[in-house]
Formats: sequence, structure tokens, C-alpha cells
Amino acid sequence: MELRDLYRDVILDHNRHPRNFGRLDPANAYAEGHNPLCGDRLTLSVRLVGDRIEDIRFEGKGCAISTASASLMSEAVKGKDRAAVRQLFESVHALLTQQDALAGPELGKLAALSGVREFPARVKCASLCWHTLNAALESDGGTVTTEVPDEVPSGPARKMAGEP
Amino acid sequence: MAAPAREAAAPAPAPAPVPAPAPVLDVERVRKDFPILSRTVHGRPLVYLDSAASAQCPRPVMRAVEDYCMQSHANVHRGVHLLSQEATAAYEGARDRVRRFLNARSTREILFVRGTTEAINLVAQSYARPRFGPGDEILITGLEHHANIVPWQMVRDQTGCSLAVAPIDRRGELPLNEFFKRLTPRTRLVAVAHVSNALGTILPVEEIVSAAHARGIPVLIDGAQAVSHRAVDVRALDCDFYAFSGHKLYGPTGIGVLYGREALLAEMPPWQGGGDMILTVTFERTTYNELPWKFEAGTPNMSGAVGLAAAIDYVEGLGLDAIGAHEQRLLEEATAELQRIAGLTIIGTAAHKASVISFTLEGIHPHDLGTILDSEGVAVRTGHHCAMPVMEFFGVPATARASFACYNTREEVHRLSAALHRAREVFR
Repeated sequence: MELRDLYRDVILDHNRHPRNFGRLDPANAYAEGHNPLCGDRLTLSVRLVGDRIEDIRFEGKGCAISTASASLMSEAVKGKDRAAVRQLFESVHALLTQQDALAGPELGKLAALSGVREFPARVKCASLCWHTLNAALESDGGTVTTEVPDEVPSGPARKMAGEP
Repeated sequence: MAAPAREAAAPAPAPAPVPAPAPVLDVERVRKDFPILSRTVHGRPLVYLDSAASAQCPRPVMRAVEDYCMQSHANVHRGVHLLSQEATAAYEGARDRVRRFLNARSTREILFVRGTTEAINLVAQSYARPRFGPGDEILITGLEHHANIVPWQMVRDQTGCSLAVAPIDRRGELPLNEFFKRLTPRTRLVAVAHVSNALGTILPVEEIVSAAHARGIPVLIDGAQAVSHRAVDVRALDCDFYAFSGHKLYGPTGIGVLYGREALLAEMPPWQGGGDMILTVTFERTTYNELPWKFEAGTPNMSGAVGLAAAIDYVEGLGLDAIGAHEQRLLEEATAELQRIAGLTIIGTAAHKASVISFTLEGIHPHDLGTILDSEGVAVRTGHHCAMPVMEFFGVPATARASFACYNTREEVHRLSAALHRAREVFR
């Protein structure tokens, strides 16, 4: 377990200078994410044109991992359609939870999150924004939480049940 | 715990008071009793600063539990065979050990429960729920643990009574004038922490009890964070209920105690029904057992009770005064050291504190701090400490919390501050 694997320069940079931070106006999809273990809250606002994410912003207070993960995600999903976002989510999820998962080229800068899986207590910090994005794209507009999968409003977000 | 400053100068003719020798703890010897302290974490010697969440177990406690399991285990109160008699003697002996620990009048006032949480829920459901209704009020404080908030909200929703909260100030103290203002003719019960788990504040429970009793209001004290730091005498406190958990007193998990004034317990209906809490059962009616068994439905946690009694023997063997004095020295040292770290803010700066320091470090989220400290072998609690209203009051989502126990050392305080400097470097 190497601390530098978790707090890579890319992560520290995105924590210090989060990209796409704030509230998007106008936007047509929203969701709030909540990690009750650490009290972190994250709000996503998304502008969808048809099936494609034209723009996305996030706001909230969180740890370095959750802030950097949301910042990296916001860059990665901009311009992608729902199916591509879902594919990316699958890759990130595998990266965060599977010891042998390799960071494919599709991940780009998101590969910096690969160190998180060595820190099981921190996986939820990194995945919160992705579950929140899923909820926003499902347009429930509710709050997703990293806990109590049964209370999660949208289908895809239930995938977090398999996480440590 | 901090004792109030005493006036030193006596009038000239009187004999000079002989200062009591400061109680001393041989920490290196104490540490040998706790096998877990010699393990490593991520390749470094463990520095365990999370005893406020759960204290480690010394060998005598493990041995007592093992002896019980290897020699005397059977169900209690049920058999004429020897093992059942021995198990009953061990379990009821543990109850008397707890009675002496708290200086309660009678073992009828000592109920074994799972922990502080269950103790408070028992009082909520068995004392408050049948009595309270619209217009009645339960008074708590702004620094309570969720276990001393949620059970009362449940009673509020069940009965229509209301819940009043006496505010704390920016130091994390309870201004008594604000508290007294909220003791009204509507107040039916006061429920307060003895020591705040998130802030370390020691509450002036003596004043709270006497003010409440002057108005005929009973008082429950949540002692989860107090019993490991100082001797508690429920008769001197004159409280009506006192709750604590075994695992915060170096005992096993899953065992705790509710002390209740006998006159109140006698009037209360049983909380749970089942075996052991009855005298006779027919399909038409049941007569309940005597105190304390009326409140202990089902097979109790005998090995836990035996372990708790051993834990009480252990802390009283070391001396709670000696433990408290040792922890105060660590608290002072750690407070001074942490205050020197740039950007570090201590949350909870009451004049009288137990050995708990909650803090934030500017620019580093407590969750990240927890991970970095862990990588250095230093175990602290991070999060809201089951006291979300306290976090909200101080405007932080979470804090890191270091808590010091009888086995912690000055060296470990230095390891904590070194690890915090390391966190600064990682986030430079």
C-alpha cells in the first residue's frame, strides 16, 4: 500500500483545481450524491442535447479523492452519449474494484484512480460521482447515497451494491 | 479529566495541607497487557488513538472470558446442574461487580444490555413512551451522540411529546443558563451526555441533576465516554439512569449497563418479552420476574458480563485517578503540539475535557487525513462521530479525532504530529 499510488499528481491537481466546478445554467438533468459515512455531498448539473452530454458541472465539498474523481469524470464524459458514459462507468467501476483490472486506453486520465482499489475504505469516495451521474441521466433527480442500495432511486446506481 | 483548580494557600495557622501524591501509571507495563498494541500496521508500529470509538482489550479480560467458556458455560437461571449454577454465579457476580463500580444501592438497579444505545432505547420505550404525550418535553443538549437523540425522536413520534435542545457554545461547552431556561413545567425528562464523544467536553452533570431534581424532573446520563476516565458514583451524582458500554471500558463488545433508580424501574413495564423475564406464563397471562431480570428477556450475554467485570477489576486495579491523570497529561501535550501545526483547528476547546481531540487541517479533508495517518500506522477516527448536529454546529462535514487511553504514550503523541506533518507534505 503506497500512499503515492492514491495521491498521484493528477489527483492532487484536480483536487486543488477542480475542473467544471459550479452549477450549470441552463441545465436539464440534476442529481445529488451523498456519502453518509463522511458527510460528503455532491451536486451534478448536466445539459443533455438529445442523448449527448453537452456540458456538466459539479459542486459540493468532499475529500481529495471524491473531488478529483468528479473533476476527472466531468472532463471525460463531456460530449459523450449515454451508451458511451455507461461503458466508461463500467471501466471505471472495474478499475476501482477489481485487483486485476487493467486501465485501458479509453480511460485516459481516469487511469490515475487505479490506486484507489488498494484502499478499500476509499472506493466509495471515488465512485460517488459516477453513481450520481447515473442518477442524473436516469432523470430521477433524487439523492443517491453510497449506502442502503435499496433506497437508491435509479436502476444502474444499484450496481454499487457489489462494492466493498 | 481536568479537576477544577484548587486554592493552594491555606490560612497561616492551619497545618499546611499535604498534597496527595500524583497518581502514576506505569504505561510500559500497562501496554504489555494489551497484545494488539504490539502489532504493526502497514509496516509501522500501531499507534491506536481511537479508544473513544472502542478501547482495546487487556489480557485479563480475554482470560476471564476464556475461563468462563472453558470451565463454566451453560445457560443461567435455568438448571440445577453444576455448570448452570457456576454460570449463574459468574453472571450475577458480574452484576454485583458493576454495582460496586457505580456504587449503586442494589443489584436490582443494574441491568445488563447490549450497550449504551440499547440502554437509552430501553428507557425511551419503557419509561418515556408509556408516560409522555402532547405537551410533554424531553430535554437534551446540542452535543449529544445520535444514540441520545434518535431514541427520543422515536418516542416523540410515538407519543406526540416534543424534544427540546439546549444549545452549546463555540467552545463546545454547555452554558448552564441556556440549559436552565429550558427546564420548564413541560419538561418530563432530561437526557445528557456525561462526556461528549465528538468534542471531549465534560458536562457539569452534578449541576444539571440538582437543577432538574429541584423541579422534580428525572435525569438520564449517557456515560459511554465517561466511565473509562473517572470514577462514577451514581449515588453521589443522584442521577436516575446511567448508561455505559463495556467495550469503551476495555471490555468486550455486546455488553453494557443501564443503572436505574429502583423506584423508577419497578414502575416501568418490561421492554422485551421472552424467557427469563417471567415468573409464570399461561396463554391467558404472564407474571413478570423481579428486578433486574424483568428487563432481561432471553439468554443474556454471560461471557460479556464476565469480561466486563474483569475490565472493571482491571481499571480499578490501575486506578481510575491514575488513568485520568495520565490521559490529562497526554491531552495537554497533544493539544500543545497540535496547536503548533499551521492550519490545524481544534474543534471543542472546553475548559474541562476528557482525552479527546477533534480537529481539522486546512486544505485536507478529514477522510484524506485518516488515510494518510493510517499509512503511518496511526489510527484515528474520521467522520461525523455519530454526532451530525455537532458537525453542523461547527460548520464542518467531519473532523479527525484522536482519543487517548491508559495505554497511550507521549511517543505516540509525537507520532501523531509527525504523521500530520507528513499529510501536509503529501498535499503540498
